[in-house]
Amino acid sequence: MDDRDLLLDGNAAGGLLGEIFTAEMTSAEGRCAACGALGPVGELRVYAAGPGLVARCPVCDSVVLRVVRAGARVWLDLRGARFLELRL
Amino acid sequence: MAGAAVLGRLTWRLAEVVDGIAETPRVKSLVLDVPEWPGHRPGQHVDVRLTAEDGYQAQRSYSIASPPEDARLVLTVERLDDGEVSPYLVDELRPGDRFELRGPIGGYFVWEPRPDESVFLLAGGSGIVPLMAMIRHREADGIAVPARLLYSSRTLDDVIYRAELDELASRGNGLEVSHTLTRAQPPGWNGYARRVDAALIRDVAWPPGAGAIAFVCGPTAFVETAATALAELGYPADRIRTERFGPTGT
Repeated sequence: MDDRDLLLDGNAAGGLLGEIFTAEMTSAEGRCAACGALGPVGELRVYAAGPGLVARCPVCDSVVLRVVRAGARVWLDLRGARFLELRL
Repeated sequence: MAGAAVLGRLTWRLAEVVDGIAETPRVKSLVLDVPEWPGHRPGQHVDVRLTAEDGYQAQRSYSIASPPEDARLVLTVERLDDGEVSPYLVDELRPGDRFELRGPIGGYFVWEPRPDESVFLLAGGSGIVPLMAMIRHREADGIAVPARLLYSSRTLDDVIYRAELDELASRGNGLEVSHTLTRAQPPGWNGYARRVDAALIRDVAWPPGAGAIAFVCGPTAFVETAATALAELGYPADRIRTERFGPTGT
């Protein structure tokens, strides 16, 4: 097994994001606040561990999205995305 | 479901096992009844949650293998030796058993058929599952767009849906299937016999100018290699869709 195999992508975040947002989020397009790269949430790099979720820019590796969930409480940090464009 | 309506937020439902189908020694398909299932699109997945008697919960994602046309939901699961969830799903579940499921999930790794858009599917190991939903949807709906599958497995015995793929490819309706066996090949094997690399992809892929869309699914290393090769071949970034499975048995 390759160490790279521990990395997933934004598809794996779809379930958690789908509990928070009514719009489908893996196809949402965002711009990385650090490097300006534009791409879908589905292509963010997600590390598969922990009580929350950290999604990184596939181009510059900066954190784009951070979600921590404890029961019914959710902390959402979207500072790493300049914007997210989604479809209802 | 083009132009999707506003979804409700995802919630957990109970799925009931109707049947289990052994696909390979390590892989089983679970046929499920899910009350009030809203329907799904080919490529989407579900999250499965198991709760132990002491309250401990484990959750994993599994791709939907069945096309939207099927009455029942089918998940195809590979048993990982050190897995927390897959050994239970593959070895322990019996018809009548129930477990929690959330979905359908996904919108990026979803195939929306378009009349002028050929499809190139690249599967590494159990990455075939969401691509099989696409292939089955193509068959069930009589969608005529040309489709090619490049499917990497360790040995012939590890090829999931092997008979079904052989049969579909023999129908002459535009589906072509190429296999590569990376660990061992049977006598007389005339398919590919190595890990997917740029040269192999160049051999099999639709030419970049053909306006094809590619879906790549499997272990992360496989997806990275294949997606890079497609980009270097000239596929535009928005014509390469990827889904990384993380570590698998392959």
